[in-house]
Amino acid sequence: MMRRIVYFLPLALVAVLLGFFIVGLQKDPRKLPSVLLDRPVPAFTLAGLPGREGALTGPDELKGQVTLLNFFGSWCVACLQEHAMLKRIRAEGLAPLHGIAFKDQPEDTLRWLGRHGDPYDRVGYDTTNRIAIEFGITGAPETFVIDADGVIQYKHIGPITAQVWAETLRPLIEDLSTP
Amino acid sequence: MIPEIGHYALALGLCVALVQAIVPLIGAQRNNLALMELSRPAAVAQFLTIGVAFAALTHSFIVSDFSVSNVFQNSHTDKPLLYKISGVWGNHEGSLLLWIMILAVFSLAVAVFGRNLPPTLRARALSVQAMITVGFLLFILFTSNPFERIDPAPLNGRGLNPLLQDPGLAFHPPMLYLGYVGFSMAFSFAVAALIEGRVDAAWARWVRPWTLLAWIFLTLGIALGSWWAYYELGWGGWWYWDPVENASFIPWLSGTALLHSAIVVEKRDTLKSWTILLAIVTFSLSLLGTFLVRSGVLTSVHAFATDPTRGVFILLLLAVTVVGSLSLYAWRAPQLKAGGVFAPISREGSLLLNNVLLSTASATVLLGTLYPLFADALNLGKVSVGPPFFNAVFVPLMVPMVLVMALGPMLAWKRGDAYGAARRLWLALVAAAVVFAGTYVAAGGALTDVGAAFGMGLGAWLLIGTLVEWAERVHLFRVDPVTSLKRAAGLPRAAYGMTLAHAGMAILVMGVVGNTAWKGESIQVMSPGEVVEIGGVAYEFRGAERVEGPNYDAVQGRFILRRDDGAVLAVMEPQKRTYTDPPMPTSEAAIHTDGITDHYAVIGDPSPDDGPGAFVTRFYHEPFVPFLWYGALLMGLGGLVSLTDRRHRIGAPTRARARTAAPVGGASARGAAR
Amino acid sequence: MRPGNKQARTGTGAIARVVAGAAVALAVAVGAGSAGAVEPDEMLEDPALEERAREVSKDLRCVVCQNESIDESNADMARDMRLLVRDRLLEGDSNEEVKQYLVDRYGDYVLLRPPFKPTTYVLWFGPALILIGAVLAVVFSYRRKAAAPAAPPPLTDEEKAQLRTLLAERGEGAETTGKARADHTKPKARRGGRS
Repeated sequence: MMRRIVYFLPLALVAVLLGFFIVGLQKDPRKLPSVLLDRPVPAFTLAGLPGREGALTGPDELKGQVTLLNFFGSWCVACLQEHAMLKRIRAEGLAPLHGIAFKDQPEDTLRWLGRHGDPYDRVGYDTTNRIAIEFGITGAPETFVIDADGVIQYKHIGPITAQVWAETLRPLIEDLSTP
Repeated sequence: MIPEIGHYALALGLCVALVQAIVPLIGAQRNNLALMELSRPAAVAQFLTIGVAFAALTHSFIVSDFSVSNVFQNSHTDKPLLYKISGVWGNHEGSLLLWIMILAVFSLAVAVFGRNLPPTLRARALSVQAMITVGFLLFILFTSNPFERIDPAPLNGRGLNPLLQDPGLAFHPPMLYLGYVGFSMAFSFAVAALIEGRVDAAWARWVRPWTLLAWIFLTLGIALGSWWAYYELGWGGWWYWDPVENASFIPWLSGTALLHSAIVVEKRDTLKSWTILLAIVTFSLSLLGTFLVRSGVLTSVHAFATDPTRGVFILLLLAVTVVGSLSLYAWRAPQLKAGGVFAPISREGSLLLNNVLLSTASATVLLGTLYPLFADALNLGKVSVGPPFFNAVFVPLMVPMVLVMALGPMLAWKRGDAYGAARRLWLALVAAAVVFAGTYVAAGGALTDVGAAFGMGLGAWLLIGTLVEWAERVHLFRVDPVTSLKRAAGLPRAAYGMTLAHAGMAILVMGVVGNTAWKGESIQVMSPGEVVEIGGVAYEFRGAERVEGPNYDAVQGRFILRRDDGAVLAVMEPQKRTYTDPPMPTSEAAIHTDGITDHYAVIGDPSPDDGPGAFVTRFYHEPFVPFLWYGALLMGLGGLVSLTDRRHRIGAPTRARARTAAPVGGASARGAAR
Repeated sequence: MRPGNKQARTGTGAIARVVAGAAVALAVAVGAGSAGAVEPDEMLEDPALEERAREVSKDLRCVVCQNESIDESNADMARDMRLLVRDRLLEGDSNEEVKQYLVDRYGDYVLLRPPFKPTTYVLWFGPALILIGAVLAVVFSYRRKAAAPAAPPPLTDEEKAQLRTLLAERGEGAETTGKARADHTKPKARRGGRS
């Protein structure tokens, strides 16, 4: 009897493997969740855009209330897609929206904000990718939800759509805002 | 009109395949020869319909019929003819059609050359083969129609990725597919044998040539891909453990195991159910490779454009094939009779060890390749499994493998004398020791060189061990040269095949070890007139100029390559090309080889800040890289020589029959002499 | 086999599809073409330190690429990570500290050599377990076989019936197929003769 069971072993192994493939097909291997969740915002020092009020210079400015932190750049096509949504979020005024422009020259960022509108409270910039690596992001746009203690609660990868805002981000912010 | 004919031919092919899958199977079950014999005209019809479809697509590519979406996506009028043709399989739909085309060719081969097969076995094997064809035809017809039209037809196509516009890569996919699909023959015969409930030496004798043929193609296909990567990608690497590479390497490993276990079945009538399992697994792994490459479950630099429907369809195909065949296996394999017994130290024993190591290696690469998927599915987090892992686990498996490879062929069947064999290998041991010491000292005698020197010694052990085995067979130096020569001429081709393939492996090992250990590189900005020395040669930069190609512009650098003593070895002219359709830069390295070491030059971007005419340049010192190609070629050649062995001569059943009629005694005497 | 670019293999239409499929279109520009990644202007003065930087870079995955180390990738992001690696080394970090710095931000995903920890035990012990399993399987089946009688078991009824039909068929004097079947039995006879 034992002997017969041995011959079923390959079948059993393959069944397990197929199970994994079925699950695997529904996942995106390229999607990289943030490891910074539940951790305080990493230390950073940035400069504000010249001539623009409201500079994001360090993690302390992300404390005290729930905030949204959006990574963008004038070179980023997908950022333009979510720009209108960001303006709506700003108008809604649920939480301050800060921005970090990276891999971007300040004059380019200013021109871009001038042309498309400026939805941000505070903005910091980095002409390199360094700040992006600091936050463990892989591209733009990405948006963090940070609680009042400066702890990262959520990261959204890609443009914020009306649906993402209504179903994920807004409820989360409301939830975090009520102590 | 022609694309529609092609599409229609595919549909017709599906009908034929259905008939071929069902009718002969019933015939074999009822022992009805007429129904069984239907498989042969069906296989011919199958080949014709698929051939028409393939020709139709090729025609569309050659005449640049951009109303066919596939041609529009992957071709361009400016492309040289060769790449218009290779564009046929340079994309998902077309490559799938090539898959099916090769399936049909193999079916045809069985129908035409398999005249001496027992009719039931042939009918069942062809029926299984047709079932696979049905699956793939459904796949192509429902999810990946290569003949889809676009209206209105665009004026020109989008062109083929310039990296693929290369002779090496034009032939790489067909070779790989011939390998993958070739293993379907072993699979079909294995399933047929399970249905029959009978596996014997004769079965192994029929399966082995097909497996061998597939293995040769896969070996050469992988080598071709590796070679292409080496010269085309411009930084001298040849193996990356990328999932797509692994997808071809995993079936290669298990196919190699199958090749060896089939010998045991043929000679000793044992290891039967294991061999059947290997045959099923090897083809399943080929299918798995297709799934991995086309479904997007893994990230790879060169996966096909992925599409969830396709992924689901291939998974379904894979599931049906594997679950079906393995269920049959679980049901029928216990009834296969166990064969002859043998001592652990014997030829069988060594071949079994070979199988253990190769299957473990195959499973290990599979595990590493799929682990990111497993971890993600179980929410264990995202992990990457890259070359450092594979190198760490693969090398320890290959060391005993190579050690035993020299010893195994020296052992007798049933009961061998390990001590005696080892003693006869003294020359190999001496050679290994000399090479070890020599390379160790030559490399500078650092502690880090021990591993590399050991690897080179290992290669020498196998190379000399293999030659010693041949010398033993012909009684070299023990009898007079004429007798030795006669014996050498009398050795079966399969024996020469083994000698060549094992020697090829030895040379490959040296290439891998030597290149990994002693590769050197130099990256810098150079102004015209400057000289850089690396790997015992000097490169003098003579500036760069613009050149124009048929569908690209290029910056071409000029370097004078000199030896230590100042003698000019070569003028090297690497290019940095910018293709127009699609716009994409590529790098064409300049390689100078002396047969043992390659000198490899690449020109990069201009660097005007560093002076007029300054460019980024890269030089690679690539010792032993040619050994990789020699090794792979020798392995392929060994396979080919073995294939022409009289026992396997698949193409000449009548001749084989005529010969077996007369010298049966002679053949057995020769066999006994081994 | 490695195009330095992100989506190789298929034409631009396919690329468009891949990008659309990925939706996010992470725009940290993909480097173009191939041919070496490390540029002279990135390299450190100190050759020993540069050597270490290369070593570390080979173990780190480019996070925006499909499956390349930052040492091989032409993507901007990979270049920035290479520069970061060099900066950290200049600041006196050990190789492990540099890797940890990136693991803290991107997770184990950036390591091409997966760390040894409970979630990867299966991966690291797997090969050894497979080998031990294979060896055990061989030993057990070998013992069983050695214990079994060497003589072939008597023919089953089914086989006897097969034999009868075979003999009957041959009796009829079948032409080609009959000969083929005769051929089919030959190797066995030959082997029997030898042993």
